[in-house]
Amino acid sequence: MSDPIIKIQNMNKWFGDFQVLKNINLEVEANKKIVVCGPSGSGKSTLIRCINRLEEHQEGDIIVDGNELSEKTKDIEKIRAEVGMVFQQFNLFPHLSILDNCTLAPIWVKKMPKKEAQELALDQLKKVQIDDQANKFPGQLSGGQQQRCAIARALCMQPKIMLFDEPTSALDPEMIKEVLDAMVSLAKGGMTMIVVTHEMGFAKEVADEVIFMDEGMIIEKAETKEFFANPKSDRTKLFLSQIL
Amino acid sequence: MQAINFLKPNRDNIKNYSIIGSVLILISLIDVISNAFLKTNLTSFLPGSLTTLFPLILGLIGLNMMRIDYSGNKTLDLLNKNINTNNFNALLTLLILFSIIKALPPSLSWMIFDANISGDSKDACTGTGACWTYIKVWFRRFMYGMYPNEFHWRINTAFILVIALGFVGYFMKENLKKYLALYYVIIYPVIAYLVIYYLISGGSFGLQWVETGAWGGLSLTFIVSFFCLIFCFPLGMIFALGRRSNLPVIKYISICYIEFWRGVPLITVLFMSSVMFPMFLPEDFFMDKLVRVIIAITLFEAAYCAEVIRGGLQSLPRGQYDAAKSLGMGYWKMHIFVILPQALKLVIPGIANTFLALVKDTPLIFVVGLAELAGMLALAKTNPKWLGFAMEGYIFASIIFWIICYAMSKYSYNLEAKYKTER
Repeated sequence: MSDPIIKIQNMNKWFGDFQVLKNINLEVEANKKIVVCGPSGSGKSTLIRCINRLEEHQEGDIIVDGNELSEKTKDIEKIRAEVGMVFQQFNLFPHLSILDNCTLAPIWVKKMPKKEAQELALDQLKKVQIDDQANKFPGQLSGGQQQRCAIARALCMQPKIMLFDEPTSALDPEMIKEVLDAMVSLAKGGMTMIVVTHEMGFAKEVADEVIFMDEGMIIEKAETKEFFANPKSDRTKLFLSQIL
Repeated sequence: MQAINFLKPNRDNIKNYSIIGSVLILISLIDVISNAFLKTNLTSFLPGSLTTLFPLILGLIGLNMMRIDYSGNKTLDLLNKNINTNNFNALLTLLILFSIIKALPPSLSWMIFDANISGDSKDACTGTGACWTYIKVWFRRFMYGMYPNEFHWRINTAFILVIALGFVGYFMKENLKKYLALYYVIIYPVIAYLVIYYLISGGSFGLQWVETGAWGGLSLTFIVSFFCLIFCFPLGMIFALGRRSNLPVIKYISICYIEFWRGVPLITVLFMSSVMFPMFLPEDFFMDKLVRVIIAITLFEAAYCAEVIRGGLQSLPRGQYDAAKSLGMGYWKMHIFVILPQALKLVIPGIANTFLALVKDTPLIFVVGLAELAGMLALAKTNPKWLGFAMEGYIFASIIFWIICYAMSKYSYNLEAKYKTER
């Protein structure tokens, strides 16, 4: 067994007086796909935002790829560059074309030559099948196309880990499939992924492990088959009965 | 076919209604025009107050008859939709139209037909209208202030050079484009300063030294506005970012700065800069009054710019920051490539507003003895040889200010259209 690439120990987080995450312990090994599910407000998004320190935790340790995240972490940008993230609202940069969205960070953060960055970007865009839209602006694309572009943009940084924060929740049912397809093929390529989603079909197909969260706690963590076949806690059973 | 009901037009008799309506409106217009231009009252047979109201009433009835929804006639529909939606709007339309017609003849005859422009002294103005001779004689003063006549070419050359240098950005090669911001924020102002210093001030290269006290007129308006505009924008940007900083020292310095400068009137700032400030300087240290005034206005307007830009920063969704951070961008990269381009695009109208206000605030430098365009007017109108022409002067100045400001606001609309990428 290799060393875990993400290691969270006894992590607590508060928003003001409200404790959003309670005593989180989680280890993710490289190349594993983890799906996090749970009712809204259960702290799923906050958890994965803590992994690239878009949110700061107050207690406990988070270790990503051997680097501990804390206030003392100096090169937080370096760690973030290795952790790609896809958001619910896409968050493409509306003033830049699709291609520029993808090349911006490689050129300015990784100091990649422009030519090389563009080739890489077109390659990634091709993988998610929107290379023909490269010169359009985000506002001219459909939601599904935008989200696929957001995936390509994150991949252009050649990250070791990809975080997905409800990537299909803002999409029409028809577009969900094209985004999930892109994620499935990414998973088959061996990427380490943590996905917050309500798409149980995706979880069954791809995930190695499923985590169920409620009220800021990890209620259940199990292998995918085990999780769906015989969930242990009553809360998980209730949730699954409602969602499936 | 039903009889024509005068107050309830319908689509069946649309032709009759629109013809009768237009005839009535035409009569009312003819009445007003003859009244205004020919000074004859066509309706003198009517009793007193009715004469004045006659065209209004006639026009109203006419417009009422033409008010047919979806008439099928494009011009008529357009007319009804825009100026003739109901009786009140019809009344407003007529009142505005009639007032313009009434005001046209006297203003035209004052400005053009009864005006004088020949000659070069006050005696040439014999007409009852405007005396443009005054503007003609004083024109060079209004443009260049007390700057010696034989050196005016120096001001012109300097301006042409500065404007030409401003266009360099358009012709820059692709691989130099990334230095564009650097050029406009640092290099360009320095070059412009040197050009203006050596050409207009002179003192070297065989050019005679001309004190800044002699500068004036429109050229001074341009110089002050130009330097204040290019310096206050970057400064405002720094304070806008500073006010949103997480570092308390920077944050509170920015807040203090912004609140201080927004809290004092410009006129006191100008007095301070010219009267109080030199007292704090060491004795052998000299800073020109014009430079002090430009610094004062820049600092003052930067506070306003900062708040406008902060408004733009505030309106960006948090997701943009998240996305930039998650790609590994640090504070500066995130702001330069993601946040500021979007925020600045949003605040173009606000910035244009601030800049227009700045240009129109420049006449205030008169209080410290610098006479730009409006200041020169104030001097000229008290000249004993040319008393009584304040009106012409102020009309001249307002036209010039209007042209400058309108050009600026047009330019800002163009910028808005140029950077519009959203749906």
